[in-house]
Amino acid sequence: MEFIQSLLAAMQDAVAQGVLWSIMTLGVYITFRVLDFADLTVDGSFATGGIISAMLVSHSVSPMLALLAALLGGMLCGFVTGFLHTKLEIPGILASILTMIALYSINLRISNFASNVPLLGVSTIFDQFGSVLKGVGSNVISLIIGLLFVVVIISVLYWFFGTEMGSSIRATGDNEYMVRALGVNTNTMKIIGLVLSNGLVGLSGALVAQNQHFGDVGMGTGTIVIGLASVIIGEVLMGHRFSFAYKLASVVVGSIIYRVMIAVVLQLGLKSSDLKLLTALLVAIALSIPVMKRKLFTKVKPAESEEEPND
Amino acid sequence: MIELKNVSKTFNANTINEKRALVNLNLTIESGDFITVIGGNGAGKSTMLNLIAGVFPCDSGKIMLDGEDLTRLPEYRRAKLLGRVFQDPMRGTAADMGIDENLAMAYRRGKSRGFRWGIRREERDLYREKLKTLELGLEDRLTSKVGLLSGGQRQALTLLMATLQKPKLLLLDEHTAALDPKTARKVLELTDEIISRDHLTTLMVTHNMRDAIRLGNRLIMMDEGRIILDIKGEEKKNLQVKDLLELFEKASGSAMDNDRMLLS
Ligand SMILES: Nc1ncnc2c1ncn2[C@@H]1O[C@H](COP(=O)(O)OP(=O)(O)OP(=O)(O)O)[C@@H](O)[C@H]1O
Ligand SMILES: [Mg+2]
Repeated sequence: MEFIQSLLAAMQDAVAQGVLWSIMTLGVYITFRVLDFADLTVDGSFATGGIISAMLVSHSVSPMLALLAALLGGMLCGFVTGFLHTKLEIPGILASILTMIALYSINLRISNFASNVPLLGVSTIFDQFGSVLKGVGSNVISLIIGLLFVVVIISVLYWFFGTEMGSSIRATGDNEYMVRALGVNTNTMKIIGLVLSNGLVGLSGALVAQNQHFGDVGMGTGTIVIGLASVIIGEVLMGHRFSFAYKLASVVVGSIIYRVMIAVVLQLGLKSSDLKLLTALLVAIALSIPVMKRKLFTKVKPAESEEEPND
Repeated sequence: MIELKNVSKTFNANTINEKRALVNLNLTIESGDFITVIGGNGAGKSTMLNLIAGVFPCDSGKIMLDGEDLTRLPEYRRAKLLGRVFQDPMRGTAADMGIDENLAMAYRRGKSRGFRWGIRREERDLYREKLKTLELGLEDRLTSKVGLLSGGQRQALTLLMATLQKPKLLLLDEHTAALDPKTARKVLELTDEIISRDHLTTLMVTHNMRDAIRLGNRLIMMDEGRIILDIKGEEKKNLQVKDLLELFEKASGSAMDNDRMLLS
């Protein structure tokens, strides 16, 4: 009975966390699925968003403004990666690793060399909302605010990726070669995608920091893997079909399910330090499913002589 | 009018893999010309088209289009002038997007893309009408993903996309080579139809000698980065495949070597 009760409490928390982190997952979806770009910047930009908002709120800046600043900070991180990749022609993953590493130092500068920025005695956006809705549990408050943000963000993303520019970004991820031949600067499209993605990641970090009442320079570690795991879980559960809005919604569902799964394994006695291993395993398995299928279900054929590439 | 003036391109310069793909090439394409291009493996045909399209820069020389110097313009900026269809059917279309979305991308070739909706309603009627001319039934599958189409259907669609906004020059690089003979024929007929209907200036690489002779008003043959034959008008009309082979041997001093060249 006790187990069930603590599980239920953990579930509530997990769902709220899942929604707050899903904003990051939406960002990862944009780079990983739309642009086909594995962007490790997010490990840095998530913490950047968290630190920026914690610093501002602790200095009595309005929590809402702090979120906005975190969004812009995240966007700037994405721009740097985009610049390194497209203008300086550094391979995508490497460009994003460079930004991520640089952000460790930068985040410590922003936090004034404190590895942890507590939010004590100041009110976050959750506290503000909670004082309006008296008597509502803190998990529910977190959930409501998270959902409000998610609904607005999904609407904006749905609109944006339906516009001429958004379509060009989607097409760039699909077939860069064609898009250039049709007169679009694919470098610009990649940069816009990275800026948008990391803006969301920074915002998500900011919301998480305000929700947990502290920002931490290490809070972004593993973000990319959590994001990928959530995207993949969402796709497995909800399928690949239907409209873009549906796909975005399934990303959010994926993020929630991920948190719930984590809560369950923690209740079952796993240490929280094991979670990164577990998440990495999950992603490795999910990403290898197509290869496994191919290897297991196709008969071994004698090697065919490949035709020469000729242009 | 398009002019290539003394254009050269060497790949991997100053290494053991150095390859002079184009050597001081000169070519003037008059408006309305439909030029077929033939030549052996590695003759530089694709390189010539890629240089015009700006896929990579020339080492030296100039590319002019109607008096405008394209030489230093990036690929995406030249796109407003050029329609392109590639050998690989996968290259010309976005597989995960709908037929309508692909056409909408092409419809905006060379135009700025802002925050207006990606496809306007009245466009769909235009696309349906255009797709009908392909006679492949694609007009009823407007929102299907292009990835579901066959290679021939994709190639026909790419052709339509390349000509949706009238290009100043249409570049076709063996665009039927990856298709089965029957589909290839169909796509080629379509190509000829569209070119003559819209009076498109065209450069078409083909490995089929008969097609090269039968289609267009001018034929050029390339070898080792040079144009070794340039035949137009009456002379081209009376050409036979065996004449071409003879001319090739005389001009290059060796027999035509192209494993994909169809001699009959
Ligand atoms: N990107 C590249 N890097 C290095 N070498 C290249 C590149 N593109 C072409 N080449 C070389 O330049 C030469 C001309 O190639 P090109 O593709 O223009 O030939 P082609 O006439 O189109 O031949 P094919 O009939 O086989 O298509 C070839 O020797 C080729 O290996
Ligand atoms: Mg070629």
